[in-house]
Amino acid sequence: MEPLIPPLYAGQLIRLTGIDLEKDPETEARWMRDPAYLRSFGEDVAFPKSAWQVKKQYEALEKDADEHATMFHFQLRPLDDERLLGFARVCWISWPNASGFVQLAIGDPADRRKGLGADALGVLLRYAFDELNLHRLSARVPEYSLPAQRLFGKFGFQVEVRARRMLERDDRRWDQLEYGLLRSEWAIRAA
Amino acid sequence: MDDNLLRGCLVRLSAEDPEPLAAGLSRWWRDSEFFRLLSFHASPMFSPKHVREWLEKELEKNPPEFYLFGIRSLDDDKLIGFMDLGRPSQSGNCWVGIGLGERDYWGKGYGTDAMQAALRFAFMELNLQRVTLNVFDYNARGVRSYEKAGFEVEGRVREAILRDGVRHDVIFMGVLRENWLQGTAQSSLRHLRSTAGRLALAQHPRGAAGSRPERGAGAGGRQGISEPEGPVLS
Repeated sequence: MEPLIPPLYAGQLIRLTGIDLEKDPETEARWMRDPAYLRSFGEDVAFPKSAWQVKKQYEALEKDADEHATMFHFQLRPLDDERLLGFARVCWISWPNASGFVQLAIGDPADRRKGLGADALGVLLRYAFDELNLHRLSARVPEYSLPAQRLFGKFGFQVEVRARRMLERDDRRWDQLEYGLLRSEWAIRAA
Repeated sequence: MDDNLLRGCLVRLSAEDPEPLAAGLSRWWRDSEFFRLLSFHASPMFSPKHVREWLEKELEKNPPEFYLFGIRSLDDDKLIGFMDLGRPSQSGNCWVGIGLGERDYWGKGYGTDAMQAALRFAFMELNLQRVTLNVFDYNARGVRSYEKAGFEVEGRVREAILRDGVRHDVIFMGVLRENWLQGTAQSSLRHLRSTAGRLALAQHPRGAAGSRPERGAGAGGRQGISEPEGPVLS
């Protein structure tokens, strides 16, 4: 019998899952060899990590999530197999203010432009608003990350901040955009 | 080069031992009105010992993870607040936070003076490209103070703060190096290079008392600070 409420972690194409400490580090280390992947997130230095380092990072991430409960990180996989596609997370949560940030990525360029990111974001937003009960979400996107801008815009995020010349890469300065989505705005669209 | 990098007209930025700074911070943070202007976190009530232990750990780090200063009034060398500049990004940005914990010093230009010193340090010593801060929409005095120091509003994060059942926006502000070097920076650079190191300030009650040394010319400098200021914050 079909459940009355859709499971929290499943979209149409992807599902939110946990970290596989044995297999995932190698995949992520491979994505990191593309500087564009590392640079897509924002201002952190595009410094690739080895699988060993990625595994340490995952372990630290789980420990931090456990201790502070201000981040909920998910690995993205297809509905029917275990291949790692990317990640999606709600982070920097301020509980008294019921606010947080979202980040997500599809790691392999061959997996992009197939609707996976949009599917993942939809599931993540439901988790953020209906499970974490947040009031609003933010996302920071570099000016040069056009697919991310399209994706957030598609879900009704609005540009709230333009931090001028915040990033410098390849001898050029770029703005950093900060997007915001209120629960009320999401609820209307999700209905 | 000049020694006015960290010294303004009303305050100087100081290196502090853990004891006085921890005592100040734990006392100021317990002023809930001050804390709510400073931070979006739930107002805490840390013991001075707890704050001191945290501070000792931070102050021991070399290089520091962030640049933490005390703010001391030049007149009586009293510790009236703090300022911190976060670790610069490789793109040359950092975040600044400031708080004047001593209420007697609110509304008199001390905060703006301290922020101007902070920006001199940021642009002329850390060589940054921009400085960023957040200020809450209910801190109108803070917003005005930062604008006077050269910050411009870059956006509003809507309904990001909930206090007393009311939602407030967080205002995002930034100052760019090239703008700071022109505009209001002219007065800062003159200040930096002047031997007297003082700019004329209009309507400063302590100055009128005549306890300060003779002021430098500051001709054509910025207008005096005529509006009251609040405990400026990060």
